[in-house]
Amino acid sequence: MSASKKDMRTPLGRVLAHGSAKSGTGDHIRQRITALAMVPLGLFFVGLIVALTGADYETARAWLGNPLVAIAALLLVVAAIMHMRIGMQIVIEDYVTGERLRSLALIGNFFFSYAVGLACVYAVAKIGFGA
Amino acid sequence: MQGPSGSAALLDCPNGVLRMAEQRQAAERPLSPHLQIYRVTITMAMSILHRIVGVALYAGTALVAWWLIAAATGPDAYAFFQSVAGHWFGQLVLIGYTWALLHHLFGGIRYLVWDEIVATSPKAADTITWIAVISALAGTVLVWAIVFSMRGVI
Repeated sequence: MSASKKDMRTPLGRVLAHGSAKSGTGDHIRQRITALAMVPLGLFFVGLIVALTGADYETARAWLGNPLVAIAALLLVVAAIMHMRIGMQIVIEDYVTGERLRSLALIGNFFFSYAVGLACVYAVAKIGFGA
Repeated sequence: MQGPSGSAALLDCPNGVLRMAEQRQAAERPLSPHLQIYRVTITMAMSILHRIVGVALYAGTALVAWWLIAAATGPDAYAFFQSVAGHWFGQLVLIGYTWALLHHLFGGIRYLVWDEIVATSPKAADTITWIAVISALAGTVLVWAIVFSMRGVI
């Protein structure tokens, strides 16, 4: 190997502070597809709030246990997780300065999004499967 | 903002050049115009609000998770959720959440429309933005009018 002096820099050192990682387009497209999905799903969700506001436990269980409602709820949760993770990531990348703080915020964003999302999925599945 | 290698490059300079470089660095550089220099327009205000509302909805998903987990857990857990949601402050949060959801939804549809290079002239952009703002408010009033009439409040 004819390693010149220039080659002694690590790959990370060479790319740091030199622009994007070229992976933003995927998130950009995902953000729009999930937005499109959530137009009908979001309106469904508002309808569900109206139907279940003040409803007792049995009524709420019956509605959420309905397969069509459960599937729509699951689709909404999946779309929402992706959408909110990307949206918050953009906000963090715009306003949180300092490499360490930004990394922590981005990690926290992942944790929160997926924890909340999986909690919702588990709850809907539990009601749906009648356990 | 300062370049990462600004001061390191200066160290290599002979004294005279260094002084000149310092002077140049101290000179006023043109800054990109920011919020305070622009006249407030509805599209600009909505752009900022869209972000803020998005962050609020992000936090609000924890409440949705709480609701679903309470329903999955049992009658007692659900009753506790309902007592909090039924409190006047809980109702206020729910009304606010409904508005936030509809505002972000209608506001978000604008971006999908603009992606298709439709309604991009300043006038058309303002128009569809006002439509989104008013639709979200009207939708929230409609939803909660239905809710309160179902309960026999109005």
